[in-house]
Amino acid sequence: MDPMMPPPVRRIAIDRDPYVAPPRSTGNGATPATTIATRLRAPRAVSAHIRERMRVESVWLAYGDNWVVRDVSLPVRQGEVLAMIGASGSGKTTLLRSLNRLTEITAAAARSGQITLDGQDIHELEVNDLRRRVTMVFQQPNPFPMSIFDNVAYALAERPGRGGRRRRRSSEIEHAVADALHRAGLYDEVADDLERSALRLSGGQQQRLCIARALAAEPEVLLLDEPCSALDPISTATIEELIVELRDSVAIVIVTHNLQQAFRVADHVAFMHLGELVEYGTSTQVFDQPTKERTRDYISGAFG
Amino acid sequence: MSTAQLASAPPSGSTIARAPRERTNSWPLVDRVGYWLCWTVGISLCLIALAIVLFMLIKGISYLRPSLLVRSPAPSQVQSQSGGFLDPIEGTLLVAGLGTVIAAPLGVAIAAWLSEYARPAWLARTVESALEIIAGAPSVVLALFGLLIFAQNFLGFLSQRAASGAVYGRSFFAAGAIMAVLALPLIVGATREGLAQLPDRLREASFALGRTRATTIRRVLLPAIRADIATGTVLGMGRIIGDTAIIRILLGAALTIQPVGHVPLIGALRGTGSTLTSYVYENSPAGEGNAPQKAYAAAFVLLLIVLFLNGIVTWLTNRGGQSERGGLSRAFRLIPYWSRLNGP
Amino acid sequence: MPSRSLSYTRRWATGRTDRRVERSLGALAVVVLVFIVAILATVLVKAWPSFSHNGLSWFGPGGNVDTQIRAMAESKPLPGHSIYYFRAWPLIWGTLLTTIFAVLIALVVSILAAIFLTEFAPPPVRRMLDPVIRLLAGVPSVIYGLIGILVIASYIEHHVISEARKASVAYVVQLNGKDVMTATLILTLMILPIMVAITANAMAAVPLSWREGSLALGVNRWRTIWRVSLRTARPAIVAATILATARALGEAVMLAMVSGGRGFAPNLLDGITALFEPVRPLAATIFENSEGLTIPALAHTVYAIGAVLLVSAALLSLSGWASKQRLKRYGIRA
Repeated sequence: MDPMMPPPVRRIAIDRDPYVAPPRSTGNGATPATTIATRLRAPRAVSAHIRERMRVESVWLAYGDNWVVRDVSLPVRQGEVLAMIGASGSGKTTLLRSLNRLTEITAAAARSGQITLDGQDIHELEVNDLRRRVTMVFQQPNPFPMSIFDNVAYALAERPGRGGRRRRRSSEIEHAVADALHRAGLYDEVADDLERSALRLSGGQQQRLCIARALAAEPEVLLLDEPCSALDPISTATIEELIVELRDSVAIVIVTHNLQQAFRVADHVAFMHLGELVEYGTSTQVFDQPTKERTRDYISGAFG
Repeated sequence: MSTAQLASAPPSGSTIARAPRERTNSWPLVDRVGYWLCWTVGISLCLIALAIVLFMLIKGISYLRPSLLVRSPAPSQVQSQSGGFLDPIEGTLLVAGLGTVIAAPLGVAIAAWLSEYARPAWLARTVESALEIIAGAPSVVLALFGLLIFAQNFLGFLSQRAASGAVYGRSFFAAGAIMAVLALPLIVGATREGLAQLPDRLREASFALGRTRATTIRRVLLPAIRADIATGTVLGMGRIIGDTAIIRILLGAALTIQPVGHVPLIGALRGTGSTLTSYVYENSPAGEGNAPQKAYAAAFVLLLIVLFLNGIVTWLTNRGGQSERGGLSRAFRLIPYWSRLNGP
Repeated sequence: MPSRSLSYTRRWATGRTDRRVERSLGALAVVVLVFIVAILATVLVKAWPSFSHNGLSWFGPGGNVDTQIRAMAESKPLPGHSIYYFRAWPLIWGTLLTTIFAVLIALVVSILAAIFLTEFAPPPVRRMLDPVIRLLAGVPSVIYGLIGILVIASYIEHHVISEARKASVAYVVQLNGKDVMTATLILTLMILPIMVAITANAMAAVPLSWREGSLALGVNRWRTIWRVSLRTARPAIVAATILATARALGEAVMLAMVSGGRGFAPNLLDGITALFEPVRPLAATIFENSEGLTIPALAHTVYAIGAVLLVSAALLSLSGWASKQRLKRYGIRA
């Protein structure tokens, strides 16, 4: 099948009685056993500039004595969107947070294995440096109680200026803020008054503001932890378009429990269950021809 | 859904790293200085408190003899040997008792009104700000006010009259009444905190059964916050016990209890005397006598009482798993209400 | 507050007994109001003669306060003046010096202590600091005064103030360790607990998502604290400062014991020596003159001082309360 052609239309079985098990395909497996969202996935060229940015190798993560992530290995590439899907408790959020060492905030966390950024072990890097290169957007929009400008410029004051200068001058910061707001698709909506309190924006706007804030430091990897779960469909659509646009300049990892979203947005999909990486592949592979039965069950809604 | 066998742990031979504490070595110098300043301040506070307690302990134990506790102050040439502070102890108990007895019911009532009724809204806000003003008023000024009030003729029965018929105005009644004003904001604050923590569904359940709001307060809400009311009362007692200015102004500088009239308790209340605080003051170099040893001994007893009351507050607020927010205990969160706990 | 959300039940649950109870409870609450009005009125009325005889220069400088008080106590007016003659400036200056220094030092120290308590202290240390601060808040001021006068003042007198310094001002005043410095140090310690408590409570209430968001952007912990937690807690710090100032104003006993007992106005041009000169703040003056209140002139003067204190404390408490209301915007209850 030509990878450039959109997959056939599928219908989701939302009207099905939840207590009736979905019909299994018998036999050849050529017929897809999965049923996915109706919305056509816009044809997307595979980006020409794919390069690997981070590598997760045999990573185990625990809180206390409880191993939450077990022996996961993944690449994270710039030029594509990696979606991590799975039920609650599958460890996908923990894995995401370990990519920028946010798991270290919890005292009882333990890890084994290696995560590298551009070849360097992230645990050898200075942690705040790492977090400027690998930024995160959270599930609940969390803009600071400051103006829009101050929010976006928040991380900028920390970053040493180019050419070794410690601080950027104000016009540089203004430029960088405007740039970030453009990339987040928020500029037109807030340009009239950047000194407004960020708390007055709508939910979708706040989340885009958080994305702008994360982009302002020009990170290499952008981590998104279920960014649209608190938002309405229109804001969700805007942010999903944004994500696809950004993938050329930033490596993107998105955790989502919304399968349709993963289907719309992702190039590669990693399905995790109870801490293990069950399946990893391109999204067409995983959604249309999952190789593992657990993947098939999850995608068809048998559990979740 | 089949559950395959989950791998249970990383293969032996691979290193397991625990989350490191944030290393401050990478911080800019300014930040590191700040970090160490914070540590210095924190540890210093502990050391200062420890120093105060230890110092008072040492001095107190060296000067405290059991006889001091049971003998009355007696004038003598050799101040360091004579008398004790039985009367001041009794005085402290009298004042604290009277003050608490007046303040507690009043405080709980006011807190209940502010929390459950609070109509009209402007009145509630005014009462709140009035309570803040009372809480912030210097106790010397409260004492001056008390002097004015209790020197009035119609309140002469609360103290004694001089030969000329003028009301003396100073007595345990007067001191106790003004002390009640001191303790009032604390009791109101603690009770309101307690009521605010109660979930609305308690009230809704009671109303749904047809009870009036008054009965709900009396039967459901107040019993539920008994610990908070007790906390507020104990804090109020602590404040009363720690105050010297009101005692000095409204009880005079006498050291022994001088009852007026012959009725046992009322006579004492109408009379004057001293409390531990005024006793310590009088015996310090700032006061009349110059017997620092007795001052230390009495101060030690006073400190013990305060520690004991603090301990009760800790015990009260830790029962029933009171919520901790950010690692700060419930009692700590009540400190702003005790904003002038040790009283001027 | 529960009452707001219960407005739908309020209409439902009123009956005759309820209204009666509401009225009686409300009456008790109004007693508080009556009390405030009464105290303001009576103190001001009793203070009026002193103000009317002196006018606004009551607040100004003009001679030795102690002499003026003695003149009143002995009913022997100073030559050329009425018996009410009184110039309170040295007392006011003493109050300003001790209060402002104490509040400034306490502000810095309390912010550092609050940061330590909420962010850096390991749990065992935090559990220990909690009762420590409550202890410092609970120690009676007479004990602070006792330690101050017997330990700190004598230490300062013998080990900190040099003989040369004493000699340099010997013709005006004697330096004996009971001075601005001792008073300020102990006063700072006394107002610290309330400032630490209010600030720490406010910082602990800052939502975790903001702190996490800041850390995730690569801002280190110290700067996160300053730029997010402290900034959010700023209204609390303001409220804490105001309330601590009111507390410092009202402190009488400790200051009476430790600040020098002389109505002397230190001259800041003396440099560091000014810190070692005695003062007597307003509240301490009231405390020390509480014996002679049968003499009318003295009584009016003392009540006048009390009126100044009361009005200042009332204004401070009101602004402190108003700024605590602002905190409710963030849902932080201080």
